[in-house]
Amino acid sequence: MRAEALSQVGLGRVGHSPQRVGGRTRVTGEQRYVGDIHLADELQVKLVTIPAARARIVAIDAAAAQAVPGVRLVFTPADLPQPVPRFGPQFADRPVLAVGETKYHGEPVAAVAAETVEAAEEAVRLVQVHYEELPALVTIGAALDPAAPLVQDPSSRPGDPLAHTNVLREHRYGWGDLDAQAAELVVDHRYRFPMVTHFAIEPHAFLAAPDGSGIVVWSTIQHPYWLQRMLAKLLGLPLAKVRVIAPDPGGGFGGKQHTKYEPLLAFMALRVGRPVRLVLSLEESFQAARRAAAEVQVRTGVCRDGTLVFQEIAADYLIGAYADIADRVVGKGSYIACGPYRLPAVRIVARAILSHTVPSTAFRGFGTPQVIWAVESNIDEVARRLGLDPLELRLKNVARKGEVFIPGDTPADGDWAESLRKAAEAIGWGTPRAPGRGRGIALGIKLGPTTGLSYATVRLLADGSVIVSAGTSDMGQGARTVFAQIAADELGAPLDWVTVVMGDTAVVPYDQQTSASRSTVLMGSAVLRACRDVQAQLRAMAARLYEIDEAAVEVTRGIVRLPQRELPISVVLSEGLGPLGGELIGTGEARKEPVPGHPLGGTAAFYDFNCTAAEVEVDEDTGDVTILRYVSVSDVGTAINPLQVHAQDAGAAIMGLGHTLMEQYIFDEAGRIRNLGAIDYRIPTSMDLPRAFETLLVENGDGPGPYGAKGISEGALLPVAPAIAAAIRDGTGVAIRELPLTPERVWRALRERDAAETASDVQGVPLAEGFPMAARHGKPSRRRQHGQG
Amino acid sequence: MGETIQIVVTVNGRRRALDVEPTATLLDLLRDDLGLTGSKACCLVGECGACTVRLNGRIVDSCLVLAAEVDGGEVMTIEGLAPDGRLTALQERFLDHGAVQCGYCTPGQLMAATDLLARIPHPTVAEVEEGLAGNLCRCGCYVQITEAVLAAAEGER
Ligand code: FES
Ligand code: FES
Repeated sequence: MRAEALSQVGLGRVGHSPQRVGGRTRVTGEQRYVGDIHLADELQVKLVTIPAARARIVAIDAAAAQAVPGVRLVFTPADLPQPVPRFGPQFADRPVLAVGETKYHGEPVAAVAAETVEAAEEAVRLVQVHYEELPALVTIGAALDPAAPLVQDPSSRPGDPLAHTNVLREHRYGWGDLDAQAAELVVDHRYRFPMVTHFAIEPHAFLAAPDGSGIVVWSTIQHPYWLQRMLAKLLGLPLAKVRVIAPDPGGGFGGKQHTKYEPLLAFMALRVGRPVRLVLSLEESFQAARRAAAEVQVRTGVCRDGTLVFQEIAADYLIGAYADIADRVVGKGSYIACGPYRLPAVRIVARAILSHTVPSTAFRGFGTPQVIWAVESNIDEVARRLGLDPLELRLKNVARKGEVFIPGDTPADGDWAESLRKAAEAIGWGTPRAPGRGRGIALGIKLGPTTGLSYATVRLLADGSVIVSAGTSDMGQGARTVFAQIAADELGAPLDWVTVVMGDTAVVPYDQQTSASRSTVLMGSAVLRACRDVQAQLRAMAARLYEIDEAAVEVTRGIVRLPQRELPISVVLSEGLGPLGGELIGTGEARKEPVPGHPLGGTAAFYDFNCTAAEVEVDEDTGDVTILRYVSVSDVGTAINPLQVHAQDAGAAIMGLGHTLMEQYIFDEAGRIRNLGAIDYRIPTSMDLPRAFETLLVENGDGPGPYGAKGISEGALLPVAPAIAAAIRDGTGVAIRELPLTPERVWRALRERDAAETASDVQGVPLAEGFPMAARHGKPSRRRQHGQG
Repeated sequence: MGETIQIVVTVNGRRRALDVEPTATLLDLLRDDLGLTGSKACCLVGECGACTVRLNGRIVDSCLVLAAEVDGGEVMTIEGLAPDGRLTALQERFLDHGAVQCGYCTPGQLMAATDLLARIPHPTVAEVEEGLAGNLCRCGCYVQITEAVLAAAEGER
């Protein structure tokens, strides 16, 4: 009976969905985000910007601003060390404040610190910036024009053969001999992906305060340790004197990975000797981070039976004026541009193209959504041209588990065909559907991290409660809950006896970063190992206490098993620790080592794989697309917390609907963003959801993380656009190769179709022969059935 | 700066006498003067709903209401939803159904959903989606939020 009771301790956590750890404070309003933090004696900072994208700064006159009561500092580039320090995760190209020339709309030229926000705002209005507006490059075509001005000074790129162009870097990948492949059909199209922004509901926020001989910085950052390193370098301080406090962000999505205005705040705080605080507006967040736009040319070669024989990709990504992490985004995203297919020959060329726009950075999917949109759309086209079922074509070519599909990289790590079949079945693929409706299917694949390093400590306290320290940022993905579940399970503590400490470089051991869906796999493994370290100490403790051989002791979940009996961990612990109490401290480490010579620096730790199917109805009169049914299937290995996995997948899909249907930056001819903010830039609301929405999981326990988990949360965003576009194509016959699929764009495509149809008599289109799902529907207007909700 | 305006307002049942700037919003008053940071700031133009509070029995975007306008009024914020520390059924259902991810939109969602259930005790899916359309969630919890609201309605019958 005792053993039975004990065996239940610690069970029911991993694989179950307890309430989110940290959830309670989020529903009561107690949760403290960076913008909720105030420091005694703090000054409020506001940025000075100009209403131009690219401009030569002639002079900055701060006198009137300086005179505003309450203003303590008007900070201009002249107040910074000279030359003005530059920083960036890949290249140190971004100045702390614009030097001589602004390079994008919203780049700060100065900043004000004042006793109140109102005083700071008034002073900002009074800072006189004399400038001369210059032509700005905001499109790929303009940036590549040989006569175009150079975004970055070539002298800042010594030895770089591309320094005299706006191409920051070119990435080339490939294998096999393209020309030797005997393709019976080649499908060649160009696809466009818009410039979009993260739009975390929490705008970026920062505080900096002098701290003895060092500095403390609070930031909404996802990578506190990376920020710590960068600040230490910029300020000439040892790491131990730079403390970064990173409370759980209110959504990150990649936009908060890298350093933004923390260096500026740090210099200002050290200058005035007081804490300074800057909370961005949503508009300023639009000007701080965004996703790269892209134009992707895809040539797919195929045999008549549907066997893919080659793919050739030329992907141009429009990045911003400074690199941020964008070149890595381009390099890593385009690397897997050919998808999960078995291909004898591949050629990929991707370019990171500088422009006078907001620096683009990481964004859920990390450069992969752009290429998946193009390649999956082209695959759909291939199927239609051959008269084959797009599902069958994919099943025929998708890599089987264990098969190498990118030479030199991790083989296929899942039964991907299972995801395809599951999505197809759930959407009723191949079953008849009402006239005017169309179905589409697409898949998405992304590399997990290629390198990584995470440390964790797990402390088993005298009463059996547990403190986990992990440097991951929980920005909603639920890492805190997952780590607590692992520790609770391994050490037999109730979940609410586990505290997870994160987000303070002075307290929590190093973690490389929170990105690439890595945390469950890497930090989760570190936490698991730290728990196992504690278990080893318990074994030694039990061996000593009960005078038995250590090898005869087993610790699983919450139980210490001795040859003759079983004891709860807490009993052994209190006996072993003795009258002084104390604790056991376990440490764990997880590494993903670099691979010398690998084009990305390392192989994929795992793949984030998803298959999405959708059924849509298009209003022939308005171009409005209604998603009637939507199915998203992710291969997750093991869902440690299924509820959170489903929520991440649904969230990724909804975010994907944004760039698919509505989101994009719009510029004027001078490069100013015309739709800054929530009124003019729409993201999906509760009214934009598919009518029926299903997230499904494939769980084969085949991931490298704890209990067979893989990383998740990006995969479900990848195939949204190609699945929806294929469904529109299926329902209307129009192929649209540019996102977003706004009603206007769809409407135009429908009218072009009508015009072409009238012109070419009523022959029907040759593309559609053979495969019934691709058959064109008759013309009669198909109206959406409104309002029976 | 400039003249301030004296107002008296009841917030979460507590009467407060305050001097407010003529340009200050109700959101500023709550967050900066009273330290009630549960109401969140995002768009500041009435589009995202992160700042939703109840004012005189109706929900408003507190970023659009001037602090001076609430003189004599009664305000309830997320901090007033479970004053004795016992979560409301809706708050519990939000947690049970995974309707909270980063949590930044959550206070606004909960204020709007609480109001919705007070007006429509047994809403349909469409009524919930429409009723909460003014509350953006970039984590994309909409499906889970709707489930949570329906579950709370079910349980509270
Ligand atoms: S902050 Fe008030 S509606 Fe967005
Ligand atoms: S939970 Fe993150 S914005 Fe809604």
